[in-house]
Amino acid sequence: MMQDLNWAIGGEAGDGIDSTGKIFAQALSRAGRHVFTSKDFASRIRGGYTAYKIRSSTDQVESVVDRLDILVALTQRTIDENLDELHEDSVIIYDGERTEMEDVDIPGEMIGLSVPLKRLAEDAGGAIMQNTVALGAACEVAQFPIENLDSALDKKFGAKGEAIVENNKEAARLGQENVQEEYDHDFAYDIETTDNDYVLLNGDEAIGMGAIAAGCRFYSGYPITPATNVMEYLMGRIQHFGGTVVQAEDELSAINMALGAARAGARSMTATSGPGIDLMTETFGLVAQSETPLVIVDVMRSGPSTGMPTKQEQGDLNMTLYGGHGEIPRFVVAPTTVSECFQKTVEAFNFAEKYQTPVFLLADLAMAVTEQTFSPEEFDMDEVEIDRGKIVDENDIDAWTDEQDRFQPHFPTADGISPRALPGTTGGAHMSTGLEHNSLGRRTEDTDTRVEQVDKRNRKVETAQEEEDWSPREFGDSDSDTLVISWGSNEGPMREALDFLEEDDVSVRFLSVPYIFPRPDLTEDIEAADKVIVVECNETGQFANVIEHDTLTRVDRINKYNGIRFKADELADEIKAKLGQEVEA
Amino acid sequence: MSSDVRFTDFKSDKQPTWCPGCGDFGTMNGMMKALAETGNDPDNTFVVAGIGCSGKIGTFMHSYAIHGVHGRALPVGTGVKLANPDLEVMVAGGDGDGYSIGAGHFIHAVRRNVDMSYVVMDNRIYGLTKGQASPTSREDFETSTTPEGPKQPPVNPLALALSAGATFIAQSFSTDARRHAEIVQKAIEHDGFGFVNVFSPCVTFNDVDTYDYFRDAIVDLADEDHDSSNYDAAKEKILDADKEYQGVIYQDENSVPYSELHGIEGNMSEIPDGAPEDAMDLVREFY
Ligand SMILES: Cc1ncc(C[n+]2csc(CCOP(=O)(O)OP(=O)(O)O)c2C)c(N)n1
Ligand code: SF4
Repeated sequence: MMQDLNWAIGGEAGDGIDSTGKIFAQALSRAGRHVFTSKDFASRIRGGYTAYKIRSSTDQVESVVDRLDILVALTQRTIDENLDELHEDSVIIYDGERTEMEDVDIPGEMIGLSVPLKRLAEDAGGAIMQNTVALGAACEVAQFPIENLDSALDKKFGAKGEAIVENNKEAARLGQENVQEEYDHDFAYDIETTDNDYVLLNGDEAIGMGAIAAGCRFYSGYPITPATNVMEYLMGRIQHFGGTVVQAEDELSAINMALGAARAGARSMTATSGPGIDLMTETFGLVAQSETPLVIVDVMRSGPSTGMPTKQEQGDLNMTLYGGHGEIPRFVVAPTTVSECFQKTVEAFNFAEKYQTPVFLLADLAMAVTEQTFSPEEFDMDEVEIDRGKIVDENDIDAWTDEQDRFQPHFPTADGISPRALPGTTGGAHMSTGLEHNSLGRRTEDTDTRVEQVDKRNRKVETAQEEEDWSPREFGDSDSDTLVISWGSNEGPMREALDFLEEDDVSVRFLSVPYIFPRPDLTEDIEAADKVIVVECNETGQFANVIEHDTLTRVDRINKYNGIRFKADELADEIKAKLGQEVEA
Repeated sequence: MSSDVRFTDFKSDKQPTWCPGCGDFGTMNGMMKALAETGNDPDNTFVVAGIGCSGKIGTFMHSYAIHGVHGRALPVGTGVKLANPDLEVMVAGGDGDGYSIGAGHFIHAVRRNVDMSYVVMDNRIYGLTKGQASPTSREDFETSTTPEGPKQPPVNPLALALSAGATFIAQSFSTDARRHAEIVQKAIEHDGFGFVNVFSPCVTFNDVDTYDYFRDAIVDLADEDHDSSNYDAAKEKILDADKEYQGVIYQDENSVPYSELHGIEGNMSEIPDGAPEDAMDLVREFY
């Protein structure tokens, strides 16, 4: 029996697709199965087609595939949209009693189960539970113990009271029984459960959790898809740890508030997406010039302009790497998986305070909205280390004053990092400015001082380059002549693509790079390979260009920019094609 | 906080580079006096400045300070104050900085009512960029960018503040040293956003809104029977386009500052060495 289960629910935006999908994902996760979700959504609240897809297996899953086993279709369009992914064992659950669904056309060999979702929901206490009926039916088709669904319903509706939970459980039972009674059929699915404990979360949530773990206490932001979840996550939780979230009037305000809080000594963060990053750009320079530690999250979506707000793209790499007038020392860290969103957020705060620079955390929509299961150990709070860098107290300031005549907040130290006095520290009063300044922070246009301060600030990056480990993550066959490089959320599908490739005896070495700046020197890796392919979700190959520039070597590219993330099988095919191999049509 | 702080302790050793006679000298002196009077010292004071001649103030004062980008001083001040409520936060800017590029932030800072003071040096011109019209310039005021005058009514910052729900609105004249310092002091003492629009003449580019003009035009509310807690009385003064008032025009005695409403207390710069004690609960939520 198949262990992989690909399930989806689709309908109109506003039909509760998202929360229903999440309940099923949680049920699977609670049954000790790995889950990987993806969402198709339009940027409308009502009236657009939406789907929530789940791939589930007893092994860790890192990608979606072009295959659907069970489809809960609340509209005919859901079936039409997914035709390509349906196969002869696919089961479609729909409500044949609803007028719009009465004459549903189930194509080819597929099995259509007409379950009276709405009627059964009404029997259980309200039409609103029709999706829960469908979940019960799906449990029966997949031979999945419905108790797991119960526990997900407990979690989802527990706060709304016992009655609602019970009604939903009843609705699920009615769905299950309907399939048992009406369809005497041996479906091709028999889903295994395990005793493993998993947590299920998405990248935005992992960033929020990482921020709290890292001691972030101030967050200011302005809502924008797909970064808003970071703010919503923190809004409910950061207060408990003595922090606050401010919904600013715009992104200009958001980044400046965050900057103010950071200057006051709080670990501080703002998150946005492309259009918001544009608005924040002027302040990048101030953050760097005033040497303020600040974490700026960009959850990328399709641009330019308003582009496709609900679709995937990795188009802002250049913006975070080069954005802003003048030359701005900065760090750009790009997590490659949902769990890395947590770890890299913690790291970002340490970089920011250690080096007193802006740190961009460059995430992307595919990762931000993807719910994925992990062992809780991947979010090990005991591993979190906090490095606040060179914060000085009044004794340090006295010592400085004795030695260097007076406290100098921009002193050009050998490593480029200066002593930082948080406001309130006796003897440390000083002004910070975006103007060029001397070691005291006083404005200057003196040519030597200008050069000294520019060098000092850039020296921090050099220091970091030497002190920190910027290595990429390595997968696949380390001896292979073919080297594939990617960044951001492409790691998951690429890792699965390696399995597909292996099946076809194609060996590939794969490097997933979480650091854009500073970044690893890939020259040796590239020289050792016959073929180098850089995989990214943009048209111009922004990372490929960076690599070509670094290594003075031409690389091949696989670029996807239709708004949808890479799929594992598709990536495997593209790599084979690049290697001149036949790809089955 | 030490009680023996003198206002000169807030002076930096950097000599101001404002034009001799600029109104900003008086504005700054009053701010320093008010800070000292209210028992603050440079190490617990944070001054946020915008861009413009007015924005240079952070350089000439001695305190913790930041000189930010044009128009964004208020959000910066908001962040500073919320992150560390122990700091006395004073935001300073010009009429261009505050009512033009930063107008959006002004309205929202007023609404947010964070416990800080905002002092605007209103010279009714852009000084630093050498004499263009500002949002408070008169309709017929000829400048390099408005040769026949802006032909738009000037912004009334006090009315903007009132309509946005301000809890403290005041106006002062930089050269009337005692009154000006007294008014800024009241803004500092106010529980919430203390807004003071200061007539701070530009002697180089504005030959209309001069010291002489203000001296003649100003009506001090202390000399009138004005009740600043009376909203309607305040509204009447604020909408009176024919007079230039000085004094506390409106103060909501029941003002509750943002941090109190949002339960924010404590200095956010103090964090544990690792993840917080109960951080694992954050993970468990995702089971
Ligand atoms: C984004 C941006 N736009 C324009 C400027 C140029 N600029 C500097 S000061 C200023 C006007 C300042 O006027 P005001 O706030 O009235 O201050 P004043 O100089 O009169 O005290 C302008 C437009 C700038 N620094 N930044
Ligand atoms: S230009 Fe005007 S505002 Fe600027 S310093 Fe000179 S007098 Fe003051």
